[in-house]
Amino acid sequence: MSTVADPAPIGVLERVPATRPGTVRRITRNRSIIIGGAMLALVALVGGLAPLLGTVDPAQVEPALRNKRPGQVVTSLNADGTRTERTLWMGTDSLGRDVYSRVVYGARVSLAVGVTVALLSAAIGLVIGVVSGYVRALDTIVMRVMDGLMSIPGILLAIGLVSLSRAGLRTVIIAIVIPEVPRVVRLVRSVVLSIREEPYVEAAVALGARTPALLVRHVVPNTVAPLIVQATFVCASAILIEATWSFLGVGIPPATPTWGNIMAEGRTLFRVFPHNILFPGILLAVTVLAVNMLGDGLRDMLDPKTRKQV
Amino acid sequence: MLSYVARRILATIPVMAVVAVVVFSLLRLTTGDPAAIIAGDNATSQDVAAIRTKLGLDRPLPQQFAIWIASVARGDFGESFFFKKPVSHLIAERLQPTLALATCTLILAVSMAVPLGVIAAWRRGTWLDRGVMGLSVLGFSVPTFVIGYVLIYLVAIQFGWLPVQGYQRLEDGFGGFIQRLVLPSFTLAAVYVALIARITRASVLEVMNADHVRTARAKGLADVSVMLRHVLRNAAVPIVTIIGLGIALLIGGVVVTESVYAIPGLGRLTVDAVLARDYPTVQAVILLFSFVYVFINLLVDLTYTLLDPRIRY
Repeated sequence: MSTVADPAPIGVLERVPATRPGTVRRITRNRSIIIGGAMLALVALVGGLAPLLGTVDPAQVEPALRNKRPGQVVTSLNADGTRTERTLWMGTDSLGRDVYSRVVYGARVSLAVGVTVALLSAAIGLVIGVVSGYVRALDTIVMRVMDGLMSIPGILLAIGLVSLSRAGLRTVIIAIVIPEVPRVVRLVRSVVLSIREEPYVEAAVALGARTPALLVRHVVPNTVAPLIVQATFVCASAILIEATWSFLGVGIPPATPTWGNIMAEGRTLFRVFPHNILFPGILLAVTVLAVNMLGDGLRDMLDPKTRKQV
Repeated sequence: MLSYVARRILATIPVMAVVAVVVFSLLRLTTGDPAAIIAGDNATSQDVAAIRTKLGLDRPLPQQFAIWIASVARGDFGESFFFKKPVSHLIAERLQPTLALATCTLILAVSMAVPLGVIAAWRRGTWLDRGVMGLSVLGFSVPTFVIGYVLIYLVAIQFGWLPVQGYQRLEDGFGGFIQRLVLPSFTLAAVYVALIARITRASVLEVMNADHVRTARAKGLADVSVMLRHVLRNAAVPIVTIIGLGIALLIGGVVVTESVYAIPGLGRLTVDAVLARDYPTVQAVILLFSFVYVFINLLVDLTYTLLDPRIRY
């Protein structure tokens, strides 16, 4: 009877899970994703349900209600002689617009900008990155152009772009996308460069797969995970940049309720009425924090290598 | 080494060329007539025609580009349409506040972020680590101008410890100069600290697992001297790299911070120029900032050999 080399009973081996825990488990176990996702969902819900949350028209100017402090209760006389009482949860600005309503509606603009910029940058960056990584002839030229674009501090390049055309939501989105694209291109390209040498890609080539099909079926799927993570961070930075521009007065026109615009309006009377900057500032910070946490969590989940270091 | 330096400097030329083309085309890519845009809304058609000839806008594009590059190389950025003086003078006037702010911020950020990152790595997994990393995520998320206003409100308005806004030139007394720089520097440093602390922690953690660190520990060296002599030195390259790359954040932040604190520097000039649609100034500032960014990262690349003797070129 041998006492060494006795293979472990099959039953023991089977108890070790053969695969990684399922996606759902991995998401629910990740605190960053849960907290960030929940906060973000809340902001999205607030923006989406804005008309139902006791708001008034965010652009409505009421000279009688200028510069009210948060929590103040006002009564207004209706056309039919009845009176309605209204609490100004976040006060009013110097034109008498309700800050609470403006902040709630502002969530829409911020999220729209963030999500649109993230999707556009990811899509454009993916196409350029895959082509540049796979087609050697184009690689050098494309990457030099990307290097050049990346050497212009993003916010300045975008400011330059905005300054050229009349500011508006579309201009702002385009102007944020252009500096973000090179970062995505670099990421995608680096993934493509490592994937193209993999045996299964060579095998597909040997089996006669045509380049477009090869890219779509074997290369692009590998870029999805890092792309999702990058897109989240792009979204966070887009929200910040949009707010910064509105704040500086070079972004979306002041009549549109965006968090940056509300804060810009509150600048002059900041010493007396800090609430105009405080409330949108907090919401902005919470939203960006949520997106960043979501991104950190997703990176930990999708890329086990960096989890050990960062 | 010398040939590496030369090659590295040559490598910045295509990058700067792309930057120049982008900055040049900013104005030409617009829908409409650049001369009309420059002339402004109240210009007569004679004004527009005069500007067109003056700037050579009636010539072919490559020729325009050549003329523009040649004058930029001579330090001539044209005349500001809004401020009515040469852009180069305008930049020279605005240089000091921005340099002062950037230098203060850089010193402040590095001297805060590196120790924070090291402590987080050293006490990995404890509440200290989580605290530092939490602050770092927060630093990325709270916009610069919100930090600025919160600091102004608390420190300057509620407690009255420091002046609210403004700038005092260095020539007019050092005390007032530094007093007015404290709040802006802290404001601008926040995001930079977040970035550097994060990379420092990651880099230090990686080195802490290395064999030579275990040896140093095993021979009984104290934690502090292991950290300073064996870990930090080896972790320096990524940290210095991120300090260089972070200059982009710093430049973006300068624009915002100078607006919040009413500092008459290049950042404020950028915003004013954009609002006034003063394109020669906008072009010059973007070009200048990009050049600074590329140059600093060139310096960073060259310091690698000093930091890590194993890197040879």
